[in-house]
Amino acid sequence: MSRGYLLSLPALVLFAGLLILPLGLTLVLSFNVFDYQVGVKADEWTLAHYLALFSDAYFYEIFWRTFWISALVTLLCVVIGVPQAYILSRMGTPWRSIFLILILTPLLISVVVRAFGWSLLLGADGLVNQVIQALGGRPLKLLYTPFAVIIALVHVMLPFMIIPVWTSLQKLDPSAEQAALSLGASQTTVMRKIVLPQVMPGVLSGTLIVFGLAASSFAIPGLLGGRRLKMVATVVYDQYLSELNWPMGATIAVVLLLVNLLIMLSWNRMVEGRYKKSLGV
Amino acid sequence: MAFLQLNALSKRYGAVDAVVATDLAVEKGEFVSLLGPSGCGKTTTLQMIAGFVDVSGGQILLDGRDITHAKPASRGLGVVFQSYALFPHMSVRDNVAFGLKMRKVPAVEIASKVKQVLELVRLAPHAERYPRELSGGQRQRVALARALVIEPPVLLLDEPLSNLDANLREEMQFEIRRIQCTVGITTLMVTHDQAEALSISDRVVVMQAGRVTQIDVPYKLYEHPRTRFISDFVGKANMLAGDYDALGTPQVRHEGGDGELTLSLRPEKIQLVDAGTGRVQGKVLDRYFFGSQWLYRIHTSLGEITVVRSNDGSPPLGRGTAVGLQWHADLLRVLAADEVHP
Ligand SMILES: Nc1ncnc2c1ncn2[C@@H]1O[C@H](COP(=O)(O)OP(=O)(O)O)[C@@H](O)[C@H]1O
Ligand SMILES: [Mg+2]
Repeated sequence: MSRGYLLSLPALVLFAGLLILPLGLTLVLSFNVFDYQVGVKADEWTLAHYLALFSDAYFYEIFWRTFWISALVTLLCVVIGVPQAYILSRMGTPWRSIFLILILTPLLISVVVRAFGWSLLLGADGLVNQVIQALGGRPLKLLYTPFAVIIALVHVMLPFMIIPVWTSLQKLDPSAEQAALSLGASQTTVMRKIVLPQVMPGVLSGTLIVFGLAASSFAIPGLLGGRRLKMVATVVYDQYLSELNWPMGATIAVVLLLVNLLIMLSWNRMVEGRYKKSLGV
Repeated sequence: MAFLQLNALSKRYGAVDAVVATDLAVEKGEFVSLLGPSGCGKTTTLQMIAGFVDVSGGQILLDGRDITHAKPASRGLGVVFQSYALFPHMSVRDNVAFGLKMRKVPAVEIASKVKQVLELVRLAPHAERYPRELSGGQRQRVALARALVIEPPVLLLDEPLSNLDANLREEMQFEIRRIQCTVGITTLMVTHDQAEALSISDRVVVMQAGRVTQIDVPYKLYEHPRTRFISDFVGKANMLAGDYDALGTPQVRHEGGDGELTLSLRPEKIQLVDAGTGRVQGKVLDRYFFGSQWLYRIHTSLGEITVVRSNDGSPPLGRGTAVGLQWHADLLRVLAADEVHP
């Protein structure tokens, strides 16, 4: 065997041990029979969990909610992150590094801590409602609503959009923008026709990362969505730890993975197909 | 009044004076080069004319209209950038059509104009290609076509040839001149390459540390450089100490030491004659072959002198050969001291 393969062995072991193996076990588990008296029957097989999942409107609702929230979060990240990355790439030397660090430091703080931060802000007598009341308004229900989940997810996911877009922006020739201006384009046209098409590969990676992470996020929906506003990952958690129905939890997890993959692959194909010829990606 | 006029145009970057009180008048249809070493403010001057850099002082007039503070789009000038600045995600055709689309020209007219200009730059067969599928010279032509198609009053070229290899550079140099003559467009080209500036310009503007130090037609610039710097920067020159004689004619000082004058003598203006004849005696130190000519470094009592002799087929002189140096006295040029220190 060549040295190259040998050198990749540690990574392969890690990959197999930490990803392939648990995924395989989850897949196997999702076909096991579950009995409320005795628990998982490891040697009996069934499709009952999948049937239960596909015939229950409750799960459709959870899946639908998860995906529209993730799609909206992704969209908001594009709308906020792309201009932010553009401004960042046009900043002068000291400021650019400072703001880049400012954008990245939240990643060093645990998602749980940041979720708690948001729940303190948005709670029934949190800072936001205190301000509203001080201004004479009626307090709003913010926590345990899609609003809370979305705002916190956008906050957490934004760096994952900004970084790939910023990387693509680095490759842009600033004089191409000047050329467009001198040819009579307005600043908005330059943005739309020159800058944006060239950073599409970055935007595409960003949307894939953000959507994937948002659709499988657990801590934020768990802490800010509460008991009523469930998303798929929190339902999986419930199945495992409250219902103790591990096979059902595994089934939901497998379906989430597959649907997520399907959406991301089709999105990738769609966007890449449009820009493949012109960008040569 | 000239077609494009700069009046005391200046640009400061913090403590750096990038361009200082530059005056320039370019006539309609003229090809003018801005020539100077790197960092002397050529690009800054061009960018102020194009409108990408704010002016610190002075005035830019285009056909009598003050455009000093106009937006780049409203100036409507054709700009070709050093990096070409093509739109990588658009085909050659779309790159060239961009300016016309921005001007809301009807599609039929766009198609015919694009076709015409692509023929002018000899790129018609490559209209559907993307910039990354083109060679450097072809990209250069696309950039030129894109700037020309909007029929701008002035074409601005920033070091258009510096990214090309030597052979292609010479070819494109003539190509640019051909196109400029065909279209008859007023052109301002920035370059640090004196050969490029001399060969294709109607007039050359020499810049040094943000200032214009001489404006002349190429031949005059070469034959009558005003200062020591220009004489050295434009072509090769031997610097000799000299004095005025009783009749007020400049003479080379043979006694050594500093004269009251600095004289310039071009290497190709010196003839190599038999030892013992000529004005000065010398010995060949070294020789270099350039194909069409030989360059000799000759040790003389006046110091080291460079002589260029065309390769007429006769055998070259070997190292250590004793020779005499002869020249016409009226080919000596008196140089002014450099008022600008870069
Ligand atoms: N954006 C800028 N900020 C600060 N200094 C600049 C800037 N652009 C150019 N300069 C300075 O102005 C001077 C002239 O630059 P430039 O016009 O690019 O020279 P050239 O094109 O002749 O090489 C240089 O000293 C350069 O460092
Ligand atoms: Mg320059």
